[in-house]
Amino acid sequence: MRRITRTVPVLLALALAAAACGGDDDSGGGSTTQAQNLKGQKIEVAAVWTGAEQQNFQQVLNGFSQKTGATVTYTPTGDNVSTYLGSKLEGGAPPDVAMLPQQGVLVQFADQGSLKKVNSDVQAAVDANFAPIWKNLASVDGTLYGVYYKVANKSTVWYRPQAFQDAGISDTPKTWDDFVQDAKTLSDSGVTPVSVGGADGWTLTDWFENVYLSQAGPDKYDQLSKHEIPWTDPSVTTALQTLGQLWGDQKLMAGGASGSLQTDFPTSVTNVFGKSPKAAMVYEGDFVSGVITDSTQSKLGTDALMFPFPAAGAQPAVVGGGDVAVIMKDSPASQAFLQYLASPEAAAIWAKLGGYSSANKNLDLSNYPDPIAKAIGEAVVKAGDNVRFDMSDLAPAAFGGTVGKGEWKDLQDFLKNPSNVSGTAAQLEKDAKAAFQ
Amino acid sequence: MTDKEAVAPAAGDEGPSPAGAAVSEPDAAQSIDKTSGPTGDEPRARTGVVERLTSWRALLFLLPALLLLGVLVVYPIVYTVWRSFYGKEVSNFVGVDNYKDMFTDEATFTAIKNNVIWVVVAPAVVTSLGLIFAVLTERVRWSTAFKVLVFMPLAISFLAVGVIFRFVYDEDPNIGVLNAALVGIHDIFKSPSEYTGARPRDPQDFVNQSGTYTTVDPVSPSQPVPLPLVGLPQTKVPSDAAPAATSVTGSGVRGVVWLDFVPGGGGQPNAVDPNEKGLPGVKVQAVQNGNVVESTTTANDGSFVFASLTSGSYDVRLPSSNFAAPFNGVSWLGPTLVTPSIIASYVWTWAGFAMVLIAAGLASIPREALEAARVDGATEFQVFRRVTMPLLAPVLVVVLVTLVINVLKIFDLVYVIAPGSTQPDANVLALQLYLTSFGGGNNQGLGSAIAVFLFALVVPAMIFNIRRFRREQQ
Repeated sequence: MRRITRTVPVLLALALAAAACGGDDDSGGGSTTQAQNLKGQKIEVAAVWTGAEQQNFQQVLNGFSQKTGATVTYTPTGDNVSTYLGSKLEGGAPPDVAMLPQQGVLVQFADQGSLKKVNSDVQAAVDANFAPIWKNLASVDGTLYGVYYKVANKSTVWYRPQAFQDAGISDTPKTWDDFVQDAKTLSDSGVTPVSVGGADGWTLTDWFENVYLSQAGPDKYDQLSKHEIPWTDPSVTTALQTLGQLWGDQKLMAGGASGSLQTDFPTSVTNVFGKSPKAAMVYEGDFVSGVITDSTQSKLGTDALMFPFPAAGAQPAVVGGGDVAVIMKDSPASQAFLQYLASPEAAAIWAKLGGYSSANKNLDLSNYPDPIAKAIGEAVVKAGDNVRFDMSDLAPAAFGGTVGKGEWKDLQDFLKNPSNVSGTAAQLEKDAKAAFQ
Repeated sequence: MTDKEAVAPAAGDEGPSPAGAAVSEPDAAQSIDKTSGPTGDEPRARTGVVERLTSWRALLFLLPALLLLGVLVVYPIVYTVWRSFYGKEVSNFVGVDNYKDMFTDEATFTAIKNNVIWVVVAPAVVTSLGLIFAVLTERVRWSTAFKVLVFMPLAISFLAVGVIFRFVYDEDPNIGVLNAALVGIHDIFKSPSEYTGARPRDPQDFVNQSGTYTTVDPVSPSQPVPLPLVGLPQTKVPSDAAPAATSVTGSGVRGVVWLDFVPGGGGQPNAVDPNEKGLPGVKVQAVQNGNVVESTTTANDGSFVFASLTSGSYDVRLPSSNFAAPFNGVSWLGPTLVTPSIIASYVWTWAGFAMVLIAAGLASIPREALEAARVDGATEFQVFRRVTMPLLAPVLVVVLVTLVINVLKIFDLVYVIAPGSTQPDANVLALQLYLTSFGGGNNQGLGSAIAVFLFALVVPAMIFNIRRFRREQQ
């Protein structure tokens, strides 16, 4: 899954870059970075981004140089950030600032003592611009180490507006019940509502996480992530039953359950947006837009639209991920750079270029170049403290990241037989127990 | 993995190659040659030199080979066996627990079961196909061209073969060539129903017998029966369809079948709205006591009338032939067919290998024997059974045993072809070994135990091959 989330945004960025060329007005106020004179200071920033993403990030770096006079150089780390940084640390020459793509890496380096604390200015900027959850996610043992500059949103449902129109559905569903109801209406209108990429187990874990996070709430979600509550917990069985409302109805999924289990993720997208569509909606993260532009003729914004994953519980929730900037060599310039990244103006620079979402609540949403990017970014900010990272990514790989094993297989079995709620929960618990030893 | 791979190819290479060829092979092959004694085909001069050398000098010459063997073969085997007695961490001694786990684990059991299927089916099918090809092409004019064609798949990387067959077996007839062919042939004989996917608006009003819908409540001739259908795309409504009949006049059991969905939404469920179309040509049956008493088809406005049924009570039935789902081919990579499908791709790849070796064996059979048999009045089949086959037996055994060793280690095709959801159903030992050791669990202790088990399975076949090879040399 990580491979996909990392490569696909590149495509997304490419697709949206063209649209971004239009509006180029200045973002204006809201700057929390004090105009420090850092002329002559040099910092090195390392991140995974290459290609279009690197170019866009370069604009952000240029913004900092113009503002402060400091010289910023960019170093791409290659795919494996922790290995790259590990060897740099070993050699005694880490970059001043690194963008870490996983929270696990942040914890790992913080525990090693390789990260420097941020100063009070950065703290203040984070407090002012972000929901508290982003501070928690960037902290280890109560110490704040970084700023989440770029986030991913895995709570997006992509749909074909024509199908909705034909079925007379004027508004996209906000709640799970509406979602199931709309699915039935679509089915009545003669279109299979949903394409599920069940051959890839990770798409199913993402379905579950979205339902669970909204329904059981972030606290339970955190507990289940760490396996502090068992998978046989009533909250899990309720979430499975909720999923069963959709997965249990063969006519609501393209190919039924057995067809879904033969459909991999890219196919599930082309099933909806390809030449001869087989379904009206597909659920997966914001990187779906990349697949749409890359492997179908459908146009984002007209043939393909997106709505936030319907809330199965009281509140909307967002399952996501993010890139966190951390300081590896302490200096006034590094601190100022983090403070800058926490500001709405830094977020606005990349937001305008496309292929980017920010959790910065003070970022003016009009900076996003198109309605889809805006909706994705808006959902993250709106979810506030209900944002959580992908649970299966946080679990040991044997449970949350292996083909034919653990959560992937158990949910595939559940898709095959959605009435077996208690059996699925028991099997999930058994596998989790073995993996979390 | 290292252990068996390092040894097995050596044994495999030796089988088919003519005696003596092994001498020029490096270390591994050479050492097996050594154990087979000085009576082999080795050049006599070399044997003489060895006799004159003192033992330490012999050792000196053997040292590079022994060193390489030790590092590349012996050490990995010993380490793997040793590692298999430890758990996930190297520090954690677990005794034979890994072996117990292995035989009680469901996934490994499936893998063993599938490996048995592979070993029984694949080599036998490949060898028989190879034999048939070899015999049939022996006297064909363009035999070389044909042989090159059949042999060609072996030149493709197995990963590529896997990718190719992943597409061939794809369930979607628009992608999978096999299902495309099946659907094409099927549709020639049985065209798909006109109203595929359509279903009654309220399923609870009907008894559904595998797609045949019969009304639950009896129908009387006094009142027309509404039969609202949904689930049909507007594009599938025939062009001759007229707006649905709002009232069906006449006597007898009557009603209307229509698409109860206004394009663009809106409209009353279960009522004929102005924009709703009747469905022409739907087969409708009147049923009494379970017997079909009369049947008719709907008019352009969807109405139907059984004029003769003016009294009594009936059930109205819409037979499944109206709605039957289109034939979409076979789920080749579903749980039941995934292993046979992958075996078929293996056969495709390896048939050429068997054919070439067997053809070489055929060519070396003395013509006189065949001629003698023919002169004695044997039919061609008798010649094949009584003369060709016995003379060919050694080659067939070589091919079979080589393939058995090869099949025991099968990994790439299964890993690439099986989709994630059916990978557990297609599991084989080598894949299970990989998944356990590196694919998430990272339990290299258990992985080593599987490797040792796999090694134990390969060893008998190898011993057999070496013995036979030695016998042939004598």
